[in-house]
Amino acid sequence: MELLIRNGFVYDPANGVDGEKMDIAVKDGKIVERVNERKARKIDASGMIVMPGGVDIHCHIAGSEVNSGRLLRPEDHFRDFERKTAITRSGVGYSIPSTFTTGYRYARMGYTTIMNPSMPPLEAKHTHEELSDTPMVDKASYPLLGDWWFVLEYLRDGKIEDCARHVAWMITSTKGYAIKIVNPGGLEAWGFGGNVKNLDDQIPYFCITPREIIRGLCKVNRLLNLPHTIHVHTNNLGKPGNYITALETMKCVEDLASENKPAIHITHCQFSAFKGDDWRTLESGAEEIANYVNAHSHVTLDMGQVIFTDTTTMTADGPFQYTLYELSGNKWVNHDVETETSAGIVPFHYRRKSYVHAIQWSIGLELALLIKDSWKIFLTTDHPNGGPFTSYPRIIAWLMSRKAREATLKRINPRARSKSLLPSISRELSFKEIAIMTRAGQAKALGLKSKGHLGLGADADITIYNINPETIDPSKKYKTLRKAFKKAAYTIKNGKIVVKNGEIVKHLEGATMWLDVKVSESAKISEDMQRRFREYWTVECENYPVTENYLEVSHPINVEAKV
Amino acid sequence: MITLTPKREFRFPIVAECINPDFFNGKTSKEIEELKIWEGNKQKTLGELFKVEETKMANPQEKEIITINGNVSKVRRIGANMKSGEIIVHGDVGMHLGEEMKGGKITVYGNVGGWAGSMMKGGIIEIHGNASDYLGAPYRGSSEGMHGGKIVVYGNVGNEAGAHMRRGLIKIYGNVGQFLGLRMRDGTIYVEKDSGGRAGACMKGGKIVISGFLESVLPTFTIDSVKEKVKIEEGETVSGPFYLFLGDLVENGEGKLYVLKEKNPHLSHYEKFL
Repeated sequence: MELLIRNGFVYDPANGVDGEKMDIAVKDGKIVERVNERKARKIDASGMIVMPGGVDIHCHIAGSEVNSGRLLRPEDHFRDFERKTAITRSGVGYSIPSTFTTGYRYARMGYTTIMNPSMPPLEAKHTHEELSDTPMVDKASYPLLGDWWFVLEYLRDGKIEDCARHVAWMITSTKGYAIKIVNPGGLEAWGFGGNVKNLDDQIPYFCITPREIIRGLCKVNRLLNLPHTIHVHTNNLGKPGNYITALETMKCVEDLASENKPAIHITHCQFSAFKGDDWRTLESGAEEIANYVNAHSHVTLDMGQVIFTDTTTMTADGPFQYTLYELSGNKWVNHDVETETSAGIVPFHYRRKSYVHAIQWSIGLELALLIKDSWKIFLTTDHPNGGPFTSYPRIIAWLMSRKAREATLKRINPRARSKSLLPSISRELSFKEIAIMTRAGQAKALGLKSKGHLGLGADADITIYNINPETIDPSKKYKTLRKAFKKAAYTIKNGKIVVKNGEIVKHLEGATMWLDVKVSESAKISEDMQRRFREYWTVECENYPVTENYLEVSHPINVEAKV
Repeated sequence: MITLTPKREFRFPIVAECINPDFFNGKTSKEIEELKIWEGNKQKTLGELFKVEETKMANPQEKEIITINGNVSKVRRIGANMKSGEIIVHGDVGMHLGEEMKGGKITVYGNVGGWAGSMMKGGIIEIHGNASDYLGAPYRGSSEGMHGGKIVVYGNVGNEAGAHMRRGLIKIYGNVGQFLGLRMRDGTIYVEKDSGGRAGACMKGGKIVISGFLESVLPTFTIDSVKEKVKIEEGETVSGPFYLFLGDLVENGEGKLYVLKEKNPHLSHYEKFL
């Protein structure tokens, strides 16, 4: 099918297009130079914004953890439900929507690619089953490898190349996309009721430190030529004073970066940017982190913005979730995934009038505004930890409009307001910068070559928002802006119109992307490994890998490793 | 004033949030008949299921009154979210009666299903028959219990009455099941007759008064004193003497559990700790 999008204001920062009026031609799911104008279906986008489809680098949307969250929170569902229509299925859930609804809601906002960031390898099958049931978007998953026994042992013995081969086997077996590290060492220590407090703490029984895990896996990542960097959830997350840990984590791989390419992605950075000695003296460490990131090119971040709403926190960071449970007194799920990782879930309500929550809200925005280069910081809420992804339009409004920030500032805790840096920041992001933060930059950081831009040969994932940058000043009319980003005028996926005026018009299965890592000498499934699977896992080694036929629509990406 | 009479015996659950004085107010009986209602998985109009009769009120400015005559035990969510007016039911009522109601009054001359007055914030519910489980308790999984208002039951009540309660008053003149006031934080529950076990489990605050038999007090409660009388609400006290227990210590709670001394001689061994 051919498609011609005419006269839109195109924002394609990856190709240096900044709001120019131009036509975009689409043929067979790809962007092409030109199409037959008589035959092609035409979309009149005059007075509208055309952007590549949105990319979300970090959102918990599938897997056993998310599903436990759904089970834990019936009260999250009953106020927010969608009836079935002729095209869509029914679904429920506000902060943890059911799989189909997740896909629909992303598509309605103009997102076409989303990344599920924490997949315990053992639960990979479950995760992929849910991802297969998440329609409308392309997706991928990052296996949790930071506390994986084999990795810890290889790194302890200094066998980086063997570790790389093993990680290659793991990524291909779990059909993963990147190396996810959560509270390195802390999760293993949590198995013994402990945690690690800084980068040089010993991990019980492994004679290794978080610093060695991060550096080791960063080297592995380079050896394997993986498209994304290591994806790190720092130690001490959610603790006052942890901005120092975040800075140290970034510093510890400084020498491993090459050719100005990023070497590490610090995810949901807001939760790692707390300054102060305790909750009472909590302050924002955003300025320090922003200063560091502005001066270095080996780091990318995502915001992990907090929204004032009732949501569900879920991470693989078991000890952090326990702290949150003790703080809030809410119900709590704690899970130990055999020898791999842990997990925790706690419902949480971020309140405007709470000093800590208001400071957190401020930190996220400060990070996004103080980091000068938008290619280094991406818009996320760490869905659902900071708030549901459906609140992205709200964040876009805060970033683009000082007036919108001030309207919210007026309503937050007064002490937090007086400490916030936001009143002193006059920066208002442009549509181009928003396009970078929500799609181009994220796709670049993920190494997705055919996504996040509208160049020739790119996937025809296109979003059209009904807002005219010539007549509407986003800094004043932030409510109009919010409305426009909430309901895309058109979302085009694989060259097909799937959303029109915020309503789903076509159901489409998205592909599951995974890395087929080719190593010269593949990892040996040694007898020792099989023995240990038999002894410590509930699953036999032979049944462990996820086979390709498990994926509804499989999209392997070939990677040539250096080992 | 509107009178509703079921046209037939209902076989499927009916969800009828529209039976609410706020919605009926200012509408003619024709318009009321057109209100949407779900029977099972089919959407219908109120007029298809109920006979709607309008009685002119002497003073049209008065609050709307809805009278339901007949068995509506399959009809859920009657009076949900209501803010004013009155509903009177002569017959049994289904689940979620007066869910999240904020004001007004509901009177039932019959039995009531589960979750009556669930998450209510204000107003009065008066039940002259029995009430089922989860009286005034929140929706499954939620901890936002009753925030205010008053529920009076003249019959017996099922399990988990007043769970997660935060404010308001529940008065029960019959017996009550297990887990009375589970995880309650504040507010008052009064039971005139007997209570099932585990009363006040995990309570953090508030007051439970049991004037009947209670088989045992949870071991995580500690005896504080013996009180001669207890205040239930403004202008109403019940005279004892009552044992006063504090708990639930598992939750570091400061809830007060009053149990009538006279009906509970088996608790007398607690007196040696006083």
